[in-house]
Amino acid sequence: MTSNMQSRAVLRTYPYWFYLPAAIVFGVFFLVPTGLSFYFSLTRWSLFDATFIGFDNYITFLEDPMLMSGLRNTVIYAVLTMGLKVIIALPLAMLLTSIIRLKGLLRSILFFPTLVSTIAIGITFAALMQPSAGLINTVLGSLGLPQPDWLGNPRLALYSVALVDVWRGIGIATVIFIAGISSIPQDYFEVARLEGGTWVKFRHVILPLCRNATFTVILLAFIGGLRSFDLIWAMTRGGPGFASDVLTSVIFKEYQAGFYGLSTAGNVVLFILVTIIIYPLMRFFNRMEIEL
Amino acid sequence: MTVRKFIESIWIDAASLVIISILYIVPFVFIFLTAAKTPAEAALFQFSWPSQFHLFSNIREVMMFGDKRMLLAFWNSALLTVGSVTLIVFFGAFGAFVMQRRGDRVASVASAIMLAGLIIPPAVVPTIFTLQWLGIYKTVFGLIMVEVAFQLPFAVIVLRAFMASIPRELDEAAIMDGASPLRVFFTIILPLLWPAIVTVIVVSAVFIYNDFTLPLYFLPGSQNVTVQLTLYSFMSQFSSKWNLLFADVVIITIPPLIMFMFFQRQIVAGMTTGAIKG
Repeated sequence: MTSNMQSRAVLRTYPYWFYLPAAIVFGVFFLVPTGLSFYFSLTRWSLFDATFIGFDNYITFLEDPMLMSGLRNTVIYAVLTMGLKVIIALPLAMLLTSIIRLKGLLRSILFFPTLVSTIAIGITFAALMQPSAGLINTVLGSLGLPQPDWLGNPRLALYSVALVDVWRGIGIATVIFIAGISSIPQDYFEVARLEGGTWVKFRHVILPLCRNATFTVILLAFIGGLRSFDLIWAMTRGGPGFASDVLTSVIFKEYQAGFYGLSTAGNVVLFILVTIIIYPLMRFFNRMEIEL
Repeated sequence: MTVRKFIESIWIDAASLVIISILYIVPFVFIFLTAAKTPAEAALFQFSWPSQFHLFSNIREVMMFGDKRMLLAFWNSALLTVGSVTLIVFFGAFGAFVMQRRGDRVASVASAIMLAGLIIPPAVVPTIFTLQWLGIYKTVFGLIMVEVAFQLPFAVIVLRAFMASIPRELDEAAIMDGASPLRVFFTIILPLLWPAIVTVIVVSAVFIYNDFTLPLYFLPGSQNVTVQLTLYSFMSQFSSKWNLLFADVVIITIPPLIMFMFFQRQIVAGMTTGAIKG
């Protein structure tokens, strides 16, 4: 057998039709609806008939203060949760990769909320944040600290939900950082130990060399934050008023009200927002990535 | 290790344990305590020991509620999870196999599309439109299709990364013996891919079981509840019975808890490898 025939026999073993099942499901239930959304966002739509109305839905979006505050809240929520997850999880990962004995146990405890239903977590924290008798305010009160109405105060509600999101996401972020730190060759830590203390280790070894893990956490948290819906819906339903509405909750409300065209325009706005933030970030991170 | 150092390190252990426990265990204890209370006591939202312990009768009441809707919800969730995960594993492994082995232009286009699938949020109403057009809107089957479409990218990325560690010489030897593509895939690749498949199974199962948004949109109606939707509908129906709402939380948290106890290593591995080389 010549090597040419041999390689053709090998390629025949990797036939393109193996893509077919995945391609059909992904195409029909993801690509087609995504493509359709661009058209239907330009219509007044009742599922049965759609009237083309040009950019009217987008104009409604830009002019409606509730929809615009949803857009602003989405960005605030995503940036805030992403930032806090990085800032808290990186030191935690350092702690859990140092000599601490209980690191396995602590890592499990931190990670567990990742596997619990978001709705269940939302219900639980809504009860813990209850203004008068809730555990959080009881503790704050006994320490003589102010007791805010976490979810009832329109200026606070979005941030309260964001804090719970951070609480839930710390585990996965920490685990990714731990994987990043563990992949750094031991020699670097040796040098850092001789050169100085924890700060040197953090600033000159972990921060630069665990860059890939940092990029991953930023991307995952950012994507998750922009798309976040369940937690906000379970805790405030976008309220009080529209104070904690984000794009996804606006999309749901417009859908419930039967404004399918407007809801879909919201979907397209979210699509564009996610793409213009995440895609350049990904390109940039890919260029900056390091090989260890 | 000197005595001073030993004390120092113990101190760090103790402090971390106390802080992390307060922040991460107390909410779960609260769930448990509230689920064991009477309606009147639970409505106070206090973090306190129940005066009478009603956990099991509360759980029974939730299970019996509304003509045993909870049982139907568990059945639907089981069907949804098992059905979706099975398809995700097979479709994902098929795709990842050819993608990694060929590594041609088609494969790089496919992997770019998969990446887009990880990032882009679902287009809600157009998906309903598509499901309705196919006559599978408000069916568990329709929801399975949507869940598969949204979980496939993760599965393909994890499986493709692992596929690279299975030597090509194994397939080539089988091909020389005249094995068909399906035979190579099922007898050689699939068994060696098993560790990565377990990861995909566990992570997707937990994710789909816990999913709330997609069932909310694509499986509406009280005939079709999944366990996550029961929480949502109980929120309004049990508005004065917080003990039952939290008993429901306890019940639906048990399956992921069991998964966590047995598969923690795979879950952590899956979420980190899938993420880092994503």
